[in-house]
Amino acid sequence: MAEHAEAAAEHGHDDHGHGEHHDVSFYYKTYAALVVLFIISVVGPYIGEITGIQIITLITAFGIAVVKAGLVIRNFMHLNVEKAFVHYFLITSLAFMFLFFFAVAPDVLKHDGTNWENVAAKDWIEQKDAEYAAGGGDHHGGGHGDAHGEDHGGGHDEGHGEKKDEGGHH
Amino acid sequence: MGFRPIANTRSATGIMTAKLAVWWLIASEIVIFGGLLACYIMHRLAHHEWAYYAVHTNVIAGATNTMILLTSSLFAVLAHHAAEQGDGKKAARNLLITCGFGLGFLVVKSIEWTTEIQHGYTITANTFWSFYYTAAGIHGAHVIVGMLCMLWVANTARQGKDLHRVENVGLYWHFVDLVWIFLFPLLYIAK
Repeated sequence: MAEHAEAAAEHGHDDHGHGEHHDVSFYYKTYAALVVLFIISVVGPYIGEITGIQIITLITAFGIAVVKAGLVIRNFMHLNVEKAFVHYFLITSLAFMFLFFFAVAPDVLKHDGTNWENVAAKDWIEQKDAEYAAGGGDHHGGGHGDAHGEDHGGGHDEGHGEKKDEGGHH
Repeated sequence: MGFRPIANTRSATGIMTAKLAVWWLIASEIVIFGGLLACYIMHRLAHHEWAYYAVHTNVIAGATNTMILLTSSLFAVLAHHAAEQGDGKKAARNLLITCGFGLGFLVVKSIEWTTEIQHGYTITANTFWSFYYTAAGIHGAHVIVGMLCMLWVANTARQGKDLHRVENVGLYWHFVDLVWIFLFPLLYIAK
């Protein structure tokens, strides 16, 4: 049993592969930085909404998320001292995600193009805008069943349903 | 003594095989969550009316859960630090605290979902809510799996056995935290 404990402790150190050993205070400091960033990511979007400056929301919500993720990856997961090939296959996974996004996005983001029009999506958005403008949509938090009642059933073909080809090609 | 795998402590690649396996697992999870989030982002950009639905997500619950997971990550890395020092008992204690935060996350999530479902915002209400429940649900499943793994690792670490597993389970937990770091602004902040 003692041998096991010894071997395990040894693995913890030697096969660890870090090449750097942090003091506990390093992790507390990282945590404090994460908390500060978290507060900014919550307060920032409110300021962005009040001032109407959308870039504040984008930077504080999503920019800060990237910084927070970087801190966790570097200081908690210690990826920076990991073998290079680990970086390569993680980056490959991310690359596949971006490949998927950019391959599919043009078809989803656009609702019309040469010889095709996504009528269902346009109608759906128009209908929801009208409901919202009339105050009858589910823009209020309290209404029991309003989201369910109005959207149930219709939500599934909200745009990515039928593409109606006008020219037989899209 | 029962069956004890030894292959996971070999390191032909320069990384212990078990840790390498966790990194591969994380790479596959990037594709799973990445694909889901990519779908969500493109639909969100294509459908500005989703903003009408997004106002109903509970920012306080989302923020509370973000803090819970960030704090749990701290204890996961402290467990790893203790394991590095060869202190299995301390590592186990920190893993159990991490599990406690995981449980807190699930409790907040349960309250949040119950309220939303009672108000009619169900998974079939519309595509926004479908994405919301799918993304948060898959993430929640990962939290549960992470907690179960941590309980198992804490049990062996407490006995001073296989302390290298503490880092491995910690890596997985940090990834679960990372996913939430992106889910939080996407589902709760972007109104």
